[in-house]
Amino acid sequence: MTLLAPTRAGHPPPAPPAARSGRRRLLPYLLLLPGAAWLLIFFGVPLVQLAAASLYDPSGSLSTGYAMTWAVGNYPDVLQAYWPQFLRSFGYAGLALVLALLLGYPLAYAIAQKAGRWKNLLLVCVVAPMFTSFLVRTLAWKTILSDNGALVGLLRDVHLLAPDGRLLATPFAVVLGLTYNFLPFLVLPLYASLERLDPRLLEAATDLYASPVQAFRRVTLPLSMPGLVAGTLLFFIPASGDYINAELLGTPNEYMIGNVIDSAFLVRLDYPQGAALSFLLMAAILAVVFGYLRRAGTEEVL
Amino acid sequence: MARETPAGDLRLADLTKRFGVFTAVDDLSLTIEQGSFFALLGASGCGKTTTLRMIAGLEEPTSGQVLLGDRDIARLRPYKRPVNTVFQSYALFPHLDIFENVAFGLRRRGIRSVDDEVTRMLSLVQLDGYGNRRPAQLSGGQQQRVALARALINRPQVLLLDEPLGALDLKLRRQMQIELKRIQTEVGITFVHVTHDQEEAMTMADTVAVMNAGRIEQLGAPADIYEFPATAFVANFLGQSNLLAGEATSASGGDVAVTAHGTRFSVPAGRSRAEHGPVHLGVRPEKLILVGSADQVPAGHQQVTGVVTDASYVGVSTQYLLRTGWGTELSVFAANSGTSTPVAVGSEAVAYWDPQHAFLLPRDAADTDRTSPVLDEPVGASS
Repeated sequence: MTLLAPTRAGHPPPAPPAARSGRRRLLPYLLLLPGAAWLLIFFGVPLVQLAAASLYDPSGSLSTGYAMTWAVGNYPDVLQAYWPQFLRSFGYAGLALVLALLLGYPLAYAIAQKAGRWKNLLLVCVVAPMFTSFLVRTLAWKTILSDNGALVGLLRDVHLLAPDGRLLATPFAVVLGLTYNFLPFLVLPLYASLERLDPRLLEAATDLYASPVQAFRRVTLPLSMPGLVAGTLLFFIPASGDYINAELLGTPNEYMIGNVIDSAFLVRLDYPQGAALSFLLMAAILAVVFGYLRRAGTEEVL
Repeated sequence: MARETPAGDLRLADLTKRFGVFTAVDDLSLTIEQGSFFALLGASGCGKTTTLRMIAGLEEPTSGQVLLGDRDIARLRPYKRPVNTVFQSYALFPHLDIFENVAFGLRRRGIRSVDDEVTRMLSLVQLDGYGNRRPAQLSGGQQQRVALARALINRPQVLLLDEPLGALDLKLRRQMQIELKRIQTEVGITFVHVTHDQEEAMTMADTVAVMNAGRIEQLGAPADIYEFPATAFVANFLGQSNLLAGEATSASGGDVAVTAHGTRFSVPAGRSRAEHGPVHLGVRPEKLILVGSADQVPAGHQQVTGVVTDASYVGVSTQYLLRTGWGTELSVFAANSGTSTPVAVGSEAVAYWDPQHAFLLPRDAADTDRTSPVLDEPVGASS
């Protein structure tokens, strides 16, 4: 209480400054503590657990128990067995990314630069689907693409689709689902970058003999790079690990690596295999991300 | 304006721009000679920037022509015009270094070897060695010079400057004014300079056009406009004037007689823009001389008596306010030349002037005395 009470005459000021500044120096760490504890308990510990599981003896089972045998051979084994799913994951995610860029860049640009007073409403429209469950949205696509749905009927009528052709249970449906489900993760960071783009820079570019295409390439695109890099990563990483879209909109022929991991853990109960696959996926994504960041040259970006 | 149409004159013909019901530029016609330094002067919102943007191609005219020589460029896309702009905010590309900013225009036109040109330009604007810095690392004045170099390197037929010095502080602005003038003389390109700063327009331009409400109020050499303004707006936008409301009664013997507030004055016919009806009798504050009593007024001069209500000493001069018998406060600037004696606040005084220094302007019948300058609110650097 002496801290708050006005200093009486003759009393030295309380709270020595050294102790105060010491507490102030600790403050950032104290603020970090809850988050760090959370990360350690719910990410760090399970990660180590998973790394250990990936090295268990593959001949064990849940009922007989697993022995830790440092079975590094699990990795080449799963890679050999499931490399098509790996390739498919990155193929589908890459294809979906291209589609999402074609849809999302113009969308983000329009909202950021041209929407005027509709800006907030349009942003809500981008985010609104996220208010419903991922599963529900994907199931809705299942209805839209179903064989006796209106879309397939229309496409068959105009002969874009063979009379027995279908959309559901094709790679097309899975890529479409991935594109749709992860689009907001691409659009929002892109929007944030493009929103900061000063339209006067584009005027300056056209004044300096840049055609609209050149102005885009030389000014808009480089200045939107931070958002573009963040958006593509936020899109690509979850998309390549996704298994719901392949599960609901595809067949086992469209299964991605996520589906294999899902079944290893929950159906086949083969923990070493599931863990090894998970780590391989993580390594592959990290490799892709670092390769990408090197090429995108983020230091070029503001 | 009766010259043969030479290749490079910039002519605006009946140029009009409307935004909805608002007319920003109203049937504007003028000719800017090749190689001249032309200033468009006006308060914010008078249409000067819109005019500039129409020349640059960033705004499409509602009607009218922008002629460069004999070619109408009014509907050309901006990147197809031999015109470059120095923007108010500079609009330097933040992701490119100074070298690439300056080289931008050349590269877009497919010119490969730009090194010599860029180096030459950077030294013209005294930024040698700054090529690999980013715009954010430069001061305002340096950024301004990069913007200038970036536009000039393209050797445009016309260089447009949109309040290019607005964001600089006063000292730097004076320095850049001299610099700009030097560069303009050196490169011989037509400069069209938009500004709300009358001093800037007068120090730099060969010809000044004073704009108000989308129209040109007066066009001419800075000294001509200042000494003999055409309208009450110009008289109080370009500097300051004491305008007394009066009635012109008769013109005889080369003089126009005016009655204002019960006193008779006369103005030479050559300095009168109206000879009948309601007029403003104008005298610049520095043309008024303040003395203690009427017997100190030399012969042939005209006078107004009043009480000194305020005296501000500003170094080069003392600025007095003289309240006349009818209540109007006249401004009087007494140069601090050491020859005149100071007048005390509260004392009676007489202000006199040489009729050759007065001028007569037509006046709306409802208009009264006008003695305060038109406020020229600076257009915010960021707007």
